[in-house]
Amino acid sequence: MQTEVFAPWDDPDQKPLIRFKSVKKQFGDFTAIQDLSLDIFEKEFFALLGPSGCGKTTMMRMLAGFETPTSGSIELAGQDIGSVPPNKRSVNMMFQSYALFPHLSIWENIAFGLKRSKMPKGEIEARVEEMLRLTRLEKFKARKPHQISGGQRQRVALARSLAKAPKLLLLDEPLAALDKKLRQDTQFELMDIQEKTGTTFVIVTHDQEEAMTVASRVAVMDEGRLMQVSTPATIYEAPNSVYVADFIGEVNILSGHAKPAGDGLYAVTWADGQPPVIAASNTPYSDGQQVHLAIRPEKVAISEAKPDAENAVEGKVLDIAYLGNLSTYHIALAGGQIIKAQTANTQRISRRSFTWEDTVWLSWTPTAGVLLDQ
Amino acid sequence: MRRFILIAVPYIWLLALFLVPFLIVFKIALSDTALARPPYLPQFDWATGLGAFLAELDFENFVFLTSDALYWKAYLSSLQIAVIATLITLLVGYPIAYAMTRAPEAWRPTLMMLIILPFWTSFLIRIYAWMGILSQEGFLNQFLLWTGVISAPLTILNTNVAVYIGIVYTYLPFMILPIYAALDRLDGSLIEAAEDLGCSRLSAFWLVTIPLSKNGIVAGSFLVFIPTLGEFVIPSLLGGSGTLMIGKVLWEEFFSNRDWPVAAAVAVVLLVILIVPIVLFQRNQQKQAEAEA
Ligand SMILES: Nc1ncnc2c1ncn2[C@@H]1O[C@H](COP(=O)(O)OP(=O)(O)OP(=O)(O)O)[C@@H](O)[C@H]1O
Ligand SMILES: [Mg+2]
Repeated sequence: MQTEVFAPWDDPDQKPLIRFKSVKKQFGDFTAIQDLSLDIFEKEFFALLGPSGCGKTTMMRMLAGFETPTSGSIELAGQDIGSVPPNKRSVNMMFQSYALFPHLSIWENIAFGLKRSKMPKGEIEARVEEMLRLTRLEKFKARKPHQISGGQRQRVALARSLAKAPKLLLLDEPLAALDKKLRQDTQFELMDIQEKTGTTFVIVTHDQEEAMTVASRVAVMDEGRLMQVSTPATIYEAPNSVYVADFIGEVNILSGHAKPAGDGLYAVTWADGQPPVIAASNTPYSDGQQVHLAIRPEKVAISEAKPDAENAVEGKVLDIAYLGNLSTYHIALAGGQIIKAQTANTQRISRRSFTWEDTVWLSWTPTAGVLLDQ
Repeated sequence: MRRFILIAVPYIWLLALFLVPFLIVFKIALSDTALARPPYLPQFDWATGLGAFLAELDFENFVFLTSDALYWKAYLSSLQIAVIATLITLLVGYPIAYAMTRAPEAWRPTLMMLIILPFWTSFLIRIYAWMGILSQEGFLNQFLLWTGVISAPLTILNTNVAVYIGIVYTYLPFMILPIYAALDRLDGSLIEAAEDLGCSRLSAFWLVTIPLSKNGIVAGSFLVFIPTLGEFVIPSLLGGSGTLMIGKVLWEEFFSNRDWPVAAAVAVVLLVILIVPIVLFQRNQQKQAEAEA
């Protein structure tokens, strides 16, 4: 039996839960979102990623109903929600600033939304207890928000937005204040909740690792524009621009001119006095076109002797960053460029084979990197 | 030593400006009236000594206050007027304070100025101005007659209505400023969160805005209630013969009857009544300070 891959965005018959139709948002004469179109499907875990001030919160606020688009429209389940007030949308938001009610206890904060619906008292109590358990806040339920820590407050905000089991849940940097261990636990918790409830999540995060872990698809934004919307693997392995490649993870960029070498291969002349590097690409490039080869450090192999590979360059070890499970080597080439290469530390530190100032060879296969024209 | 002085200064201040005058008034309350100057006895005399002086003091005047219904009626009526006037001031002041926090940032200093502006003219002149507005031939009646809303002038001056108008007008800034301060601190995203969780505008106001401005409401109410309870100028200038307030009674005892000891006893009882709201007010301020810390 084959499990079906969850990819509604590839299915033209699927109706999106959320549809941004050329949405533009201006504050005065400042454009925060420019002509943005996007479909988000039911049961998706959609991550918005981008530098500070690129418009992530603004998009969330438009979904929650606190801002109206200057032009364009937003549809929820096929209906234009432009005129629907926030309290009539089955959308809940976890605020970046948490926005906990300071005059109410943790328990009452979580129960706040439930009490507004016509849920019976017993059910409200059961639901709140469940949320407290989920976010491990049972001990603090009688306290006021100013009597708990920042991370605990964040969990209260999360519990409060989850309590109503909305159709769409908006999380604006939900885990930023948690320590790494708790953050990972909560990430899995979130994915678990998402699987159990079938809620659609839109999550804003600054942490690309988090986006990769939890998301079904990731949107990388810059200055109010979507740069790429794709699955985490595609974003990482096949970014569509140098910006995206650089934003997600570490990358080496070699810029130069392409020369078709047949069979979808291109020779890229990237530095004087260096042989051209060979790279494969599905996108055709013309002779002499300006291109950038983006290659991840872990796809660059490092060796003492010249290896038998299509692409091999010689350099000197400039710096070694030891990360425990990995080591990143910064290698200076003859022309002064620096290339990062990463190796897994499968052996103990004493057996490390390269050290500062060693002359080493870097090599990679033609399919290891992606060729980009912008 | 420096710390001692720092702590001592406010206490000396309190002692000189509150405790000493209070003790003098209290002593007069325990004395007897006399056709003398000052109009009460005993006066402290070095010749007879402290014992003879103290022996002549008694609580006669306080007993007298209970024997005449005028006094407790005046206290009760003052309380009633103060409570009602405070409520009206709150109902008028809250929307003004709320509107001020909603106004564009650039307007706020101007609006604040407008609230404080009346303090720059004499209180007495402003009350006289109200007499001109509220009298039979006053501006208000003339305006209403002109618009045709009424056909005969209304009697407003020298009634309790005029007293309420005067009190609300005078003490409105004391209500608005603390409420404005509380509303100004309120984080707008809390209202959004309430709406996000299913509140209408109105229920968000009721469940979030009001509770979070509670300290401002309480502070403003006490700032209006406390001075109103002993108010004298407004009831005597705007009120009529039917307006019974303890401040007026006090004034008459002092200046019409020249019965200083009874007047002093009235004042002491008023102070005792005021201690309750003053303590409550202090506690509210303290709680607020703690919540902000
Ligand atoms: N009410 C507003 N008035 C004017 N400008 C605004 C307003 N809200 C947001 N902006 C501007 O719009 C841009 C996008 O803001 P937004 O809050 O969406 O950023 P963000 O991507 O969430 O950033 P961060 O990661 O720092 O939270 C910013 O440049 C911000 O200054
Ligand atoms: Mg933001």
